[in-house]
Amino acid sequence: MFAYILRRLWQMLPTMAGVVVLVFLLFNWVGGDPSYLLAGKMADARAIANIRAQLGLDQPWTVQLWIFVKQILSFDFGNAWSTGEPVSHIITSRLGPSLTVLVPLTVLETVCGIALALAIAFIRGSLTDRLVMVACTVGMSISILVYIIVFQYGLAYKLGLFPVQGWGESFSENLLRYAALPILIGLAVSIAPTLRLFRSFVLDEANQDYVRTARAKGLSERRIVWVHVLRNAAIPIITHVMANLPALLIGAFLLERFFGIPGIGREVILAVERSDFPVIKAVTVYVAAATMVFNLLADLMYQAVDPRVQLK
Amino acid sequence: MSATIPLHTDVHSASPGLWALAWRRLRADRVAMVSLAVVLLFLLSVLLSATGLVAADWEDEVAVNYAPPTFIGPDPALAALARPPRPVPPNAFDPLADELAQLKAALARRGVATQAAKAATLPFGADKWGHDIVKKTIKGGQTSIVVGLVAALVAVALGTLFGALAGFHGGFVDDLFNWFYNVFTSIPSILMILTVAAVLQTKGVLNIVLILGLTGWTGPFRLIRAEYIKHKAREYVMAADAIGASSWRKMFVHIFPNVSHVALVQMSILVVGFIKAEVILSFLGFGVPVGVVSWGSMLNEAQSELILGKWWQLAAAASAMALLVTAFSLFADALRDALDPKLK
Repeated sequence: MFAYILRRLWQMLPTMAGVVVLVFLLFNWVGGDPSYLLAGKMADARAIANIRAQLGLDQPWTVQLWIFVKQILSFDFGNAWSTGEPVSHIITSRLGPSLTVLVPLTVLETVCGIALALAIAFIRGSLTDRLVMVACTVGMSISILVYIIVFQYGLAYKLGLFPVQGWGESFSENLLRYAALPILIGLAVSIAPTLRLFRSFVLDEANQDYVRTARAKGLSERRIVWVHVLRNAAIPIITHVMANLPALLIGAFLLERFFGIPGIGREVILAVERSDFPVIKAVTVYVAAATMVFNLLADLMYQAVDPRVQLK
Repeated sequence: MSATIPLHTDVHSASPGLWALAWRRLRADRVAMVSLAVVLLFLLSVLLSATGLVAADWEDEVAVNYAPPTFIGPDPALAALARPPRPVPPNAFDPLADELAQLKAALARRGVATQAAKAATLPFGADKWGHDIVKKTIKGGQTSIVVGLVAALVAVALGTLFGALAGFHGGFVDDLFNWFYNVFTSIPSILMILTVAAVLQTKGVLNIVLILGLTGWTGPFRLIRAEYIKHKAREYVMAADAIGASSWRKMFVHIFPNVSHVALVQMSILVVGFIKAEVILSFLGFGVPVGVVSWGSMLNEAQSELILGKWWQLAAAASAMALLVTAFSLFADALRDALDPKLK
């Protein structure tokens, strides 16, 4: 087990190196010289030279790459260009609000998705099944923007059931008051694709021999679905949920932006708007690292769910 | 005397190929045919508006500001404004009245509609400037659909090229492209898109196509690579090898037609995703430049209009997009089932 984890971490190194080089190339080669951006409209040559020296842009590219690697390893990307706030502080302080929305959303989405998928998969081919699938396709076709605009206008602005936007200091107030509508919208948007996917996972299992055997020995349908099928369908479900967690951190940026939640996603949007490169670089590298770690965690969880899986 | 036995009979004509079979299966699928018709209708509107036959004059301010849809009737507040002003007796006390009359006459000759001559209602309403929403939606659809199609073409072309090279050659080349794939998939696609958008700085339709195309090749790559690994050991490839075909010829003349259905299905799936992504990018202001209309920029305007109670631009852009994307996804599903019946 320990050797397995160690080997997997070792295998991540080339991928991580690739991510670092890719981000470096994007910002230092494709992006052009940021010192003109920083110096503003009335830039003179001395100011630009000064900024270039501060950013290390006058050094050879190998030195610049080394500076970038050192920044990543020491969690120190300096200060954000637009606000002067340390990048490490931006990331740590924005993580909390993001997770306040994302953790309940992921749990609700997974639980609802599994329950509905099990219910639907066992009446497959029926009218209800087909209607639900059509509803899912239509639901997935409507832009997430439309969901947010309409729900925010209808439920918060017109009916006043939720605050239109905002964020407070206390965790319980944030979760129950400000995060409620974003979570609801996130659930409405994500349940259709999740249900479709989980249904296909369950369907793959529902035709297996062990299901027929379980039925033949007289088990109740409820036990077959919730114990036998669910346990086997859990592997692809875990992969899906775990692999999507880091992406969700950014993926919720529209919710965070519309509802004024000071999370990571909104910070990325702001950084793109202000060309605040250090923030984008840091978030990209760390989210990529998180994606790899979560993939490893998913593989480790397989063994807990399925004793046949041997991690070598 | 012996009767010659004909070697070939016309009874067994050529067996239908993959595409003919797939088309036959599609024809039998009613949902697929209806969604195909809807998609073709949208493509026709793109073609007509791109050639300037339809909606070329969408920027004309043909109606009063925020003219409501006809089925609601004119806005009472605006209707009062739209009524021609009470006639002022000429040159009674205004020294500039004569000049004003001349100006008005000149404007009328040039065909510029004055506020009074503007329509109070339009079939689906008007936006802030009095642009016809129907024409604007067609024009916006042109941008969004063209971006989706071209970006998907770029992504599938890249994915196919990389997948062919990796799957066919194996070994070091395969390792290299797999490393590429791992790097690109470890960055969530939306973050990748935003990062490239931040780096590129300039806005433009070509830029969105590049952003989406260059970040979206990983899905097609994985499937095409698997197909090439499967096909490269087949007998027809060995036969091509035996007659001295080069590897490029084997990859793209011999194998590609046999895996092209995978590329086509992947493309139809990507188009849907890219249209959605373009709408979000343009909504945020990272997409189309100012002055180009897309469904995303329409939704951006509609967001503030909704608070004023002017919901028609939102409804038009949202329902046009939902209709197209629903039809396209249903068609993509049917296409996959028709081309790959084993999967079902």
